[in-house]
Amino acid sequence: MVLDAVLQETLTGLFPHGITRYLLGGVLIGLGVGFIYLATGLIPGASTFLESTWTYVSGLERFRDPSLVGTRDWRVVFTLGIVAGGAVYAVVFQGGIWTTSVQWWRLLAGGVLVGIGTRLGKGCTSGHGVCGLGSASATSLVNVVTFLAIAIGTAQLVNALGVTP
Amino acid sequence: MSRHPLFLPTVFVGGMIFGLGLGASHMARPEVVLDFLQFQDLGLVFVMGGAAVVSGLIFAFGQWSDGRAPLSGRSFGRRIRSFDRNVVAGGTLFGVGWGLSGICPGAAYASLGTGNYPILIAITGMFAGAYLQAHWRSNAEQPEPTHTSAD
Repeated sequence: MVLDAVLQETLTGLFPHGITRYLLGGVLIGLGVGFIYLATGLIPGASTFLESTWTYVSGLERFRDPSLVGTRDWRVVFTLGIVAGGAVYAVVFQGGIWTTSVQWWRLLAGGVLVGIGTRLGKGCTSGHGVCGLGSASATSLVNVVTFLAIAIGTAQLVNALGVTP
Repeated sequence: MSRHPLFLPTVFVGGMIFGLGLGASHMARPEVVLDFLQFQDLGLVFVMGGAAVVSGLIFAFGQWSDGRAPLSGRSFGRRIRSFDRNVVAGGTLFGVGWGLSGICPGAAYASLGTGNYPILIAITGMFAGAYLQAHWRSNAEQPEPTHTSAD
């Protein structure tokens, strides 16, 4: 049928690599969060580590906050686990290392803004996007809609200016 | 709150599953995130969506069980943050950074694990950004006895 063909073409256009690997990866991310939650009651986001780790070396007022100092040890362990999980993926499925071609200044400037924005906004893609949405938090929904819309606009603008990758 | 000896090992294993998922989903590759944001491949919807649904179901189960977490004695709660304008301002800055670089914190850690050493540039930037934010916040929270700020 013509409709089937059109639908097929549209789906291939929107999802050129299918959806299996994305869905599988998403489920694993949710299971990682859920495993920690059921065992410890913690709801781990990834970006607080960027602040809590500073508490080991900096005396800034903000870095004396008990919510950072009191959680810094398990956040280091959580992050090391994420790095190890990435390494398992590389060894078992990727068959070696892979490196990005995105230009260094994009990584650096983007990274600084991600560091400021996730801490000011109380969370990141995992804290708000996974744990917050999973908690049906209205605050998280507002944050996710905001960062998604702005990121889409930014990426399209940068691309339109001819910067690749 | 006393911690079970398996507390930190459990957090590590959970982090590994989380990182494996970030690798498998290809979200640890900035190029894939940028393709998503440019509407070249919308598959990433299923990463955040799938993860939020699975964790949401597990959170709901924990609260329904009315029990306590075995390794810490904590009760099972939800991740709720208060809303203020920082949530929008921070989301905006994060959005510009994510759209520029294609990388977010968790994906950056996993990306480092996959051998993507240039991502250290982004992680260094993230630490710098977190420090700057804390520096401004520390200054802003100094008491100002003489007058009340206009905001």
